[in-house]
Amino acid sequence: MRRVLSPIPLAVLVAVAALVALLAYGLAENEPDRSFEDAAARGQREPAPDFDLPRLSGEGRATLSDYRGKVVVLNFWASWCEPCRTESPLLERWHRRLSRDGRATVLGIDGQDVSSDARDFVEEYELTYPMLHDGPGDLREPFGVLGYPETFVIDQRGRVAAVRRGPVDEEFMRQAVEPIVEEA
Amino acid sequence: MSRLAAPLVAMLAALAIAPAALAADCPRTTLGDIEDEVMCPVCGTPLELATEAPQANRERAYIQRLIDDCRSKDEVKQALVAQFGDRVLALPGDEDSDFGDVLVYLIPGLGVVLAAGGIVVATRRWRRRGGGGGGPAAAAPTSAASGRLDADLERYDL
Repeated sequence: MRRVLSPIPLAVLVAVAALVALLAYGLAENEPDRSFEDAAARGQREPAPDFDLPRLSGEGRATLSDYRGKVVVLNFWASWCEPCRTESPLLERWHRRLSRDGRATVLGIDGQDVSSDARDFVEEYELTYPMLHDGPGDLREPFGVLGYPETFVIDQRGRVAAVRRGPVDEEFMRQAVEPIVEEA
Repeated sequence: MSRLAAPLVAMLAALAIAPAALAADCPRTTLGDIEDEVMCPVCGTPLELATEAPQANRERAYIQRLIDDCRSKDEVKQALVAQFGDRVLALPGDEDSDFGDVLVYLIPGLGVVLAAGGIVVATRRWRRRGGGGGGPAAAAPTSAASGRLDADLERYDL
């Protein structure tokens, strides 16, 4: 029987196929997870992944379930992120407004950041809402965070009700956050 | 006056020497020495390749602060791990030892061995097929062929 390919071209072919497979795997792995947004667009709410992180102040830890019963405006940020500077004063204003009757809170997750830089940022913008520190950025994957800042609105039952990629603004807070607080 | 001046001069000299002595005790490391061994966690590249990213610049500033604080290279790396986790280390083996570290060294080695084996096999096959000038043209003629050649030559008056 006639041989179709000699071993060397076959080996080259296998190597090229392996490289293409590796590339495809890499692309598939980096595909952003938009399951929370997709569910919210369908009018459904997916449960938010729970987490246990140290407080940015260095004093103790906190979990998302500690806030169960409250609406949580979960804001992923970093001190090196320029758009985070524009949204921080707005988040602080809304936190003061929302937390007045204890129904909601803004919860900051400082990710992939030097904690001392983050503490300087908090001081500079006089942020009073609770802050947790996720140095390795472990929460990016379960929440499908693509960059900073991103905000997830979590209802009082711990489900993701709205997602904002990029800095929040007054419109988002009024249209996406306020109605969920009103439900509570 | 001179009795007072002598201790004063000695004290000033000690103050002048102290920073130099401290600098001598300071572990000698540089930003350049460290930034090729750690990652920019957000960029996903070694820190030295992330020239523009703001996160990388903050990380560099943090490393420089630690160097200015007389921290050794290992201490700087430990501080980076405390901030960003194990993934900040770029060199395999810097992290807690695991199978991935072994593979990082094993796979390229295996690749080299396979490539060398392939070259040896290909060379042998090529030689067997008569490559490299060892083909039919160089083979010694048989006695029948020699006879035919002599007969042909005799027909020509050379």
